[in-house]
Amino acid sequence: MSTEEKKEKKEKKVITQTEAEPPKKWVLMQGNEAVAKAALEVGLNFFAGYPITPSTEIAEILAQEMPMKNGAYIQMEDEIASICAVIGASLAGAKAMTATSGPGFSLMQEGIGFAKMTETPCVVVNVQRAGPSTGLPTKPSQGDMMQSRWGSHGDAPAIVLYPDSVRETYELTIRAFNLSEKYRTCVVLLLDEVLGHMREAVCLPDMSKFRIVNRLKPTVPPEWYKHYDEDQKYLSPLASYGEGYRFHVTGLAHDVYGFPTNKPVEIATMMKRLKKKITQNIRDIVQIEKFMMEDAKVAVFAVGILARSAKSAVLALRKEGFQVGLLRPLTIWPFPDDAVRKMLKNVDTVIVPELNQGQLVHEVERLTKDKEDSDIKKIQKANGELITPNEIYKKIKEVL
Amino acid sequence: MSGVSQKVVHQYLRHNKKFPNVWCAGCSIGIVLGSVIRAIAELQIPKDDIMMVSGIGCSSRMPVYVDFNSLHTLHGRPIPFATGIKLFKPHMKVIVITGDGDATAIGGNHFIHGARRNIDMTVIVINNNIYGMTGGQYSPTTPSGDIATTCPHGNIDPPFDICQLAIGAGASFVARTTAFHSLETQNLVKDAINHSGYSVLEVLSACPVIYGRLNKKGNASRMMEHMRDNSISIKAVDKLPAEKVENKVIRGILKQDTNMPEFTARYTQLVESLREKADKEA
Repeated sequence: MSTEEKKEKKEKKVITQTEAEPPKKWVLMQGNEAVAKAALEVGLNFFAGYPITPSTEIAEILAQEMPMKNGAYIQMEDEIASICAVIGASLAGAKAMTATSGPGFSLMQEGIGFAKMTETPCVVVNVQRAGPSTGLPTKPSQGDMMQSRWGSHGDAPAIVLYPDSVRETYELTIRAFNLSEKYRTCVVLLLDEVLGHMREAVCLPDMSKFRIVNRLKPTVPPEWYKHYDEDQKYLSPLASYGEGYRFHVTGLAHDVYGFPTNKPVEIATMMKRLKKKITQNIRDIVQIEKFMMEDAKVAVFAVGILARSAKSAVLALRKEGFQVGLLRPLTIWPFPDDAVRKMLKNVDTVIVPELNQGQLVHEVERLTKDKEDSDIKKIQKANGELITPNEIYKKIKEVL
Repeated sequence: MSGVSQKVVHQYLRHNKKFPNVWCAGCSIGIVLGSVIRAIAELQIPKDDIMMVSGIGCSSRMPVYVDFNSLHTLHGRPIPFATGIKLFKPHMKVIVITGDGDATAIGGNHFIHGARRNIDMTVIVINNNIYGMTGGQYSPTTPSGDIATTCPHGNIDPPFDICQLAIGAGASFVARTTAFHSLETQNLVKDAINHSGYSVLEVLSACPVIYGRLNKKGNASRMMEHMRDNSISIKAVDKLPAEKVENKVIRGILKQDTNMPEFTARYTQLVESLREKADKEA
């Protein structure tokens, strides 16, 4: 079955679903709204944030809803305080989240590093705006791709998800929580400003379709508990404060109990753990969409809202009989090396459109070093405007 | 007395794990730790209910040694971490251990906003007038004219009065003492924990190895004597002539307002009122 057929089938399924179900399932929803609603569905019970355009609707909806659903909502004095409160609450057992945009995300980086270092689950939503600095608060940008990977000091892996529609924002929000709980780390959900603010008619997925992952709880007596005890996949149970375990957490290099250490052996074990729990589970973490890639000679590699521009261009060209396709990662970090390598093997040219001056394209280029004839074309825009389907269409036409 | 007192303290330490401690000989932080532990023992709070959060610096190493729920966070940020914990688990007794630099320089914003919210936690600021762990740079409480490694020609900044700062920001309990007055510290820690709301307890502390050496304050015991001789209990202030009070540090409870509503209680109230409203509508 080709992807096209699969896609068709999927769409058909959606249609039958709507026929069978009451029409109220269809809603007009904003990306930011989808984040808030999905988070509540998945069990969010702590939110701390600081207002910043274009992410504010997330906080506004949660401020309205959370007290009713018995969650704690607080507007902190700044973004630094927000991420810290989120981590504190998570260690006390909460499913915790914060939402922000570029400048706030920068302020949160030290805290995000702390969450990674201490292996505390939390979700950070970054509805990107154009930068640097205050930039363009209400214009789209994909400028934080590298910040989401490398923004924090030190050397720790990142999990970053990137949706392309309101419905997928809903799904990836759930996934972000699941991954953060499972891998005990800070998961970042990157949104394009357009997606955050855009309203789409969405048929919300049935929650029973999702498996909700909650953190592994220790079963050993408190005196046996190791805060960073490892099994083969480097995933370990996490106790909550106030439940009798009385563990220590520090941002310093620590041993398996969580106490500071200066011993090279213990530090190396800790660093290995942080890395391996992601790299050993890459198949579980990385999601990618291949659109008409089977026989593609030219492929577009795009994320988020630009993947939709690309999809239109691809469809138009397919109608004209050209073999073009689209590769769209839903997980941008860890970078989908295998899928991109495979794509590079099969296509002659890759087009990488980005709303920045070149970020993810470097990752694609990194994977071409052992391939002589690969051709990578860039479309880069950093003026607050989107890249249109027509622009991508034209670029593909140039190389065909 | 010391035998009994040590027995109490030992029940609360993580013996086999992290001793000896990081503090220099003559440092007062250990004395404060003893006072905090004895206060908790006297209040008979179960260890599981105590949450000790700290930032970065000498004093902030305290949670490593005690057998409570403990969290050693980022420089200046213990109060927001503690806010998250307290708001999510309001039944926990949250104690923040912080230093003068941690609380009032990098963490100044969080320090005042915690006070404004009046969220129930006990913030113990151990003030040694210097950045000890990084080797003697000046802090917001280093007295003007004093020497530090980053003001070798004398500090030109005026210092913060931590208690006045807390009062100004709206803290509902503010007290000050010194490490020399360990029993008084113990009692004030008890008062601060018992107070429902944001409680700030400033404990003046001797750093003989860095601050004392740079400013020729003498050895540890000289610095302790200095704290004894240059402070006056607030209870004695009215009875003494003005010249005896001048330039002295005032110890004791400087502010206690039990009528100010506490943050997590206000939040719980909000939740309940919304539920009632929803029930009525249903």
